Amino acid sequence: MSLTRRGVHIVDTFAEAFGMRAARVVITAATPEWARTAALATTGFATSVIGCKVEAGIEAELSPEQTPDGRPGIQTLFFAFDAEGLATRLVERVGQTVLTCATTACFDGLPDASERVVVGGQVRHFGDRYQASKVVDGRRYWRIPVMEGEFLVEESFGVQKGIGGGNFLILGATQAAALEAAEAAVDVMRPVPGVVLPFPGGIVRSGSKVGARRYKNMIASTNDVYCPTLRGRPGVESLVPEGANCVYEVVVNGLDRASIATALRAGIDAACRPGVVEISAGNYGGKLGKHHFRLHDLLA
Amino acid sequence: MIRLVLREPLPVPLEAEVLSPDVMATLAHDAIRALPVFLGKHRRRVDDCFRVEGEKSDEVTIEGDASRVKWIGRGMSRGRLTIAGNAGMHLGAYMSGGAIEVSGDTGDWLGAEMSGGLIRVRGNAGGQVGAAYRGSPKGMTDGTIVIDGTAGLEVGMRMKRGTIAVGGQVRDFAGLQMLGGTIVLRAGAELRTGAWMMRGTIVSLEPIPMLPTFAPAAEYNPTFMRLVARHLSRLGHRVPAAEAEGAYLRYTGDAAVPGKGEILVWRPR
Repeated sequence: MSLTRRGVHIVDTFAEAFGMRAARVVITAATPEWARTAALATTGFATSVIGCKVEAGIEAELSPEQTPDGRPGIQTLFFAFDAEGLATRLVERVGQTVLTCATTACFDGLPDASERVVVGGQVRHFGDRYQASKVVDGRRYWRIPVMEGEFLVEESFGVQKGIGGGNFLILGATQAAALEAAEAAVDVMRPVPGVVLPFPGGIVRSGSKVGARRYKNMIASTNDVYCPTLRGRPGVESLVPEGANCVYEVVVNGLDRASIATALRAGIDAACRPGVVEISAGNYGGKLGKHHFRLHDLLA
Repeated sequence: MIRLVLREPLPVPLEAEVLSPDVMATLAHDAIRALPVFLGKHRRRVDDCFRVEGEKSDEVTIEGDASRVKWIGRGMSRGRLTIAGNAGMHLGAYMSGGAIEVSGDTGDWLGAEMSGGLIRVRGNAGGQVGAAYRGSPKGMTDGTIVIDGTAGLEVGMRMKRGTIAVGGQVRDFAGLQMLGGTIVLRAGAELRTGAWMMRGTIVSLEPIPMLPTFAPAAEYNPTFMRLVARHLSRLGHRVPAAEAEGAYLRYTGDAAVPGKGEILVWRPR
């Protein structure tokens, strides 16, 4: 069945996403700027588990009324393949980027999750036994003395099931048109609760395929079938249609299927604009990820 | 709801640890009335001392001057206990959950060695709030005690965790041998606050006489006080934490032990 939206062809395919483990980290600071500085640092270099061991992004800005300590905050989401890996990454990142950042404190954003990983309980060792724990309202925190005063971090963080790798592809007539559509998509996807877009600006220009044809040690390599410059080259079964000259991918991770579906639906709709030839999605034939998002179903 | 109304003023103390949601929640009306209490050394039934209404509920209300009724809510783990009037010694001792609300005053050993739950006292409390019993290694290990009025000697003695907030002034030896947790003194304390404390935090919003074994460290606004302030604000006690309002002067001690505790004294701007 053919489906178009505002003249843009929607390919009858699906996005293939993977089960992951997710944590929500709330960073507060004296000002919104310092909270954002810490959040950007801690979610930096966290685009893909393949190379970064974790995927992360900023979920929302929080007003003082929404944070545990009544200061401005940023809510972030982290995704890894298992809780153990997530714990390791959180300890590294909180320890190197939040602990070090002026005026910040760090709180668990999933306090009701039954599965927990110890984060503050590891970061506390920076305190060289000068640290002190404090239990307030049933939650344990660590107070680590630092040159500024004290860094406060929660003992453990909740972990829950999450989904990583929700995606769609924007095939545009020109690079400018495709990027404009991708930016429009990102603008409407970011406010959706429970999702993050872990790539720079929420957009991927270098979508990948599993493994490589010629380098056996590569875990992932360029998605040649969607590289416009390889269209017509022998051996490449290009999926870039005539009239398209640039492809961007928008990748979304989320805490549940519904939030990802909401974000994809909003993003695809926003991306259907002049200069876009086709919307498609990345998958691996359905063999690797158990979460499938059919584009036609999303837009039904 | 189960309603207990004291029939007449008690001539001698009444030991009534059965006055607890844990005991009464599953009992029929007749069974509640037949529960044993001790008036002095004499065994009595609950309905000898109280008029009883209701059955099978984890909400219990006690009305009348129960200032001579001891051990109310002893070891309670659930439900809600409301006392419209005063309560006697050992109220909520050993409790692990649920909530106790007292409109009047309470006696000594309020919430002694409790491990969870909430006790809210609108009036004054006696001494040894949340403390360890004599010979016991640690006092309260979790939970919250909020007192609007004053409190007596040795508040939070050997407490390990949890929060005690007192609106009025407390007497000597607040936080004696404290092992952890937080005591918030909104109107300060008399003498020897924090004596022999090992760990934990005593917060005073008023200047207090400091033992010479406490050393001033720094004036700052610890982030955790914002959490304490938010926790207590939900219980009607305002505690300042914002930099715009002032800062806390931190004293460390007690060096006589030597301890790693702290006393934070509020200094408004």
